[in-house]
Amino acid sequence: MSKPEFIYTTYIKTTPDKLWHALTDREFTLSYWFGCSLHSDWKVGSPMQMHKGGKVVNECVILESDPPRRLVYSWHSVFDEDMIKERPSRVTFVLEQENNAVKLTVTHEGFAEGSKTLPSISGGWPLVLSSLKSILETGKPLVFTEACDAESA
Amino acid sequence: MMDIGKFKPSLVYTIYIASTPEKVWEALTSAEFSRRYFSGFGVEVEEKVGGAFVLRAPDGSVHISGEVIAYDPPRKLVITFNVNWPGLVEALGETLVTYEIERSGDSVRLTMSEANDREISEDILSGGRAGWPAILSSLKSVLETGKPQVIQMEPPKRMLEALKRMGVKVPELPK
Repeated sequence: MSKPEFIYTTYIKTTPDKLWHALTDREFTLSYWFGCSLHSDWKVGSPMQMHKGGKVVNECVILESDPPRRLVYSWHSVFDEDMIKERPSRVTFVLEQENNAVKLTVTHEGFAEGSKTLPSISGGWPLVLSSLKSILETGKPLVFTEACDAESA
Repeated sequence: MMDIGKFKPSLVYTIYIASTPEKVWEALTSAEFSRRYFSGFGVEVEEKVGGAFVLRAPDGSVHISGEVIAYDPPRKLVITFNVNWPGLVEALGETLVTYEIERSGDSVRLTMSEANDREISEDILSGGRAGWPAILSSLKSVLETGKPQVIQMEPPKRMLEALKRMGVKVPELPK
């Protein structure tokens, strides 16, 4: 097995249940994901769509769903004509309770050679996960007045 | 003066913080502030290139020592960052740590990178891969909420074992 192309770990002062809700609830995702909302019933095999500004930006399929511990979905960016041609990649979320915090590890892997999606998600995840940590700990997401289309999608 | 051109990043971590560059700089360079998020460890930085860098353990001993390579508040700090285990620098060469602080939207983007002048194995890097996310998550929490996150962390066993095989005098492995 080759090494995953992207891994990011963050610690958030919350509970696994609240974090799971934050990762999967349509309204809640909209509050911190820089204009994106996630739409799915989160059952294995179901589609998941990421909407932004009335458009579908990423088409995903739920591959594993074990609340509140582990969530895996495929990821196909469809907002860019080059990315649309790439094969879907795969995102894994692992939630582990540690003392009064939850360790969240996001792994995104399985990109094609020369993928344009990989640099996009590599910039985007630290931003989204930083905003997620802020909203769960302070009630407020991070605010970016400038456009961050490529980064957050 | 060391030739930092030979150093290549071996791990990078980026985090966005609702704060100002000045406050993030203070968090990274003040002993009093760093003790709050760095598991009780105090950062001591001499405010000039060529000055001393020390990370002091809660018991007063020097855990990490180094030299200031670049000092540009509140934008960039580059230091050598060597754990004081006998034989470590001989085995790994020096480790370079770079903090870059930039405004991004209404937040600050903090990028930490560790660089080395040679290939470092995943076993050795496992220490930084586990440690930096915990430390920098806690730093973000202190700046945004006033409270740190206490994350108990031991050096990974695989890192200690790999260092031991390289002849580094590491602390006793946890039983």
